[in-house]
This record gives sequence, C-alpha cells and structure tokens, in this order.
Amino acid sequence: MTFVYLLVFGFAATAILGLITSWIDRKVTARVQYRVGPPFLQPVYDIVKLLGKETVIPAGASKVTFLIAPVIGISGVIAVATLFWVNQFFSEGFMGDWIVAIYLLAIPSLSIILGGFASRNPLASLGASREMKLVIAYELPFILAALVPVINSHSIRLSVIIDSQAGGVFAGNISGILALIVAILCVQAKLALVPFDIPEAETEIVEGPIVEYSGPGLAIFKLMKNMLFFTLPFFLIILFFGGLRFNGINILWTILEYVGIVAIITVIRNTNPRVRIDQAVRFFWGPMTLIAIVAVILASKGL
Amino acid sequence: MSLKLKALLKSPWVFHLSTGSCNNCDIETLDCLTPRFDIERFGMLLVGSIKHADVLLVSGSCNRMSVERMKELFEQVPKPCLVVAIGTCAGSRGIFKDSYNCPVPLDKIIPVDVYIPGCPPKPEAIIAGAVKLIEKVGSTL
Repeated sequence: MTFVYLLVFGFAATAILGLITSWIDRKVTARVQYRVGPPFLQPVYDIVKLLGKETVIPAGASKVTFLIAPVIGISGVIAVATLFWVNQFFSEGFMGDWIVAIYLLAIPSLSIILGGFASRNPLASLGASREMKLVIAYELPFILAALVPVINSHSIRLSVIIDSQAGGVFAGNISGILALIVAILCVQAKLALVPFDIPEAETEIVEGPIVEYSGPGLAIFKLMKNMLFFTLPFFLIILFFGGLRFNGINILWTILEYVGIVAIITVIRNTNPRVRIDQAVRFFWGPMTLIAIVAVILASKGL
Repeated sequence: MSLKLKALLKSPWVFHLSTGSCNNCDIETLDCLTPRFDIERFGMLLVGSIKHADVLLVSGSCNRMSVERMKELFEQVPKPCLVVAIGTCAGSRGIFKDSYNCPVPLDKIIPVDVYIPGCPPKPEAIIAGAVKLIEKVGSTL
C-alpha cells in the first residue's frame, strides 16, 4: 500500500501537477513580457527530450556522486509529497509529522549542492557554495514561519493541523498572515527563483550547480524542480489554508488558493532583479526573521 | 530513436557560438527571443551551458583561433545535436573568403544541417530557418 502511495500520489500526481504548474509559470512570465509563450505540453516535451539525450560525465568528476545526486533529490521530493498526500486523504499507516516534512524539504537543496561540487566545474562549485549560503539564510525564517500553525493547533501532526483549521484557516489570524508572507518569500528562495536565483544565475554563472548535467540527470533535476514547485505551495496550503478540500464549493477555494500562491510567486519573480548573496542573507536574517519571530510571539499569545 | 528526435524538435534548446563574427548576427539572433518574435512559442530556449544544448548556432567566419574552441564545444554537445550556420560568414566565409585567417569554411569542419544566409539575416529569416530545420529533420523520421 505504501508503494501505491509513493508511486501514484508521491510521484505521478505530483509530477503531473508540477509540470502543469511550471507551464503556468512560463506562460504567465511570457504574458507579463507581452509574448505568446510555450504550448501546454512544453514541460513534458522538455523532460522527454532530455531523457533521450546523451549523458556527458566531465573528466575528473566524482562519477558516482555526480550520477546519484539527482536521484537523491527527486527521492526527497517524492517522499515529502507522499507525506502531504497521505496526511491529506488517509488516516492510517505512517503519517509523519511537521519535523519530517521540514527535514525532507531540505534534501533537494542538498542534492543540488552535492551534484554541483561533484561535477568539478568552477562555476558549479561557485553555484553550490552560494546555494549553501542561501539554505543557511532561508531555513531559519522558514522554520519559524512554519512553526506558527504548529503553535496554533498544539500539534506537530500535519493531519491535526489540517483538521484544526476546519472552523477557520490560520491565514485569517494576524500571526498567520505575517507567517504566510515570510513563508512565501522563503519558498521563492527554496525554488531558487528571481530575486533569489543567486545559485543558478543564468547570465552570471550559467545555471550554477547543474551546469555540467546533461541528458537524464538534467531531466531528473528539472522534474525535481517542477515537483517542488507543486509541493511547496501545497505545504503552505496545508499549513495556512487547511489543506486541499474537495467538498462542494470548497474545491473552487482550493484551486483559487493554489493558483493564487503560484501567481504571487510568479509575479514576484517577474518584477524583481536578482539580489546579491550578502543582500539575500541580510534580508532573511534581518527583516524576515524579525517578522517571523513577531508572528511566533503573537501566535503563542493566541492571536 | 524517432521519439528522441521528435521530442528534440519540440523543444530545441539553443547554444549560441560566435566564431569571430562582427556581432551583427549575434544581435539578430538575440532579437528572436524578444516579445516581437518570441521563439519560445516553438519551445526554443537560449541556454548558457553547452551541456544543455540541442542546437548549436554558429555565426562568424571560423578563424584560426576559434576553430579549436568550436571543435571542443562540438565534442561536448550531448548527442543527438543539430548545427545551424547563421549568416554569410558561417555559410561561405563571405568577404573573408581569401583571408589568411579563415582557411576552411564551417561545413568542412563540422556537419551543418541548415544554412541561414544574410549579412546579417533578419530575425524573420532566422525563424524561417528554424522552421526549415524542424521540417527537414522531421521528414527523415
């Protein structure tokens, strides 16, 4: 049964929704720039094409680490997505909790760092070290912001967090709104999108850690990014909007919440220039952490 | 094999290589990505890394210094890959035909799939060339 959860929900559903999300992102970006944009199946074509390409392993690279890094990353995303889907729909078996989710969500970034350092390319090493600094920067405010729903619902179990929002969502409180703002900006950095695409700045250090990847390795990294693009907004919906709801009119609300979060992320990405790594660290450790701490204090006072 | 090429024709990622051109062809190539022409509607993207590329866009007259680099890059492109020669220089060396510095034309060094003539070619011509490339490779499937 666990296997079915992993394959059907963790992989298939997440991958399909992630590819659709990435198409929405590209199409909205194109429309913002007054372009037509790619066709609907474009992300699928990209993945299929990359799977059929040759894998070039750079001379002197650490072969095993180089090849295994994308697999580690996508396994992390599949595991965490399965966790969310299971908490959403079922109530028996291993449910996992908030701590497991936070832990698993760090694995994709770690796999990118691993792959970058293994590929023996100066640009990849530079990108990987930037990614490392970025992880250190955003994890603190992200964990603080994600702590607010835990304080509000007095439980670290995700299913309890979802159930305790049946009366009113946490995004309706002052603490919830503050935490949601911080969390969306941290998700922006977790997805490495502009303005926090410092690790893979395309015009500066050509795609950073994944510069040496080609063929299936690159396809898995792209798929991982796309799946993360679905999984992280899903996590925010679980934490702040009471999970996906499919009864009656609520299905419209769910779609609205999801598309809304994706649209906010895309609009931030399209209207901002890239910041430097020191600016990003200062931004996350300064204002973002302060807002997150205020949110946590407000939540512990019951606001 | 055919699925590979079919998917490749739906999303050809382009790497842009100048072998000593005067930059006019490069500017016109970048023009294709602007909102007016928007080549992303064919799934084409300009990539920064040669390892991500499917199509090698070569402009310029292949002078002695850059030919070595071009050969190295052509070996690094993950196969299958296609090569497009942009501009008169890349097609036939143009006014540099008798130059001491450009002894061999591009298509004697690496196999070229499509030539786009012009000095520089208009963005419309480059898009027409891209469509011809897709038709040519698609008809061999």
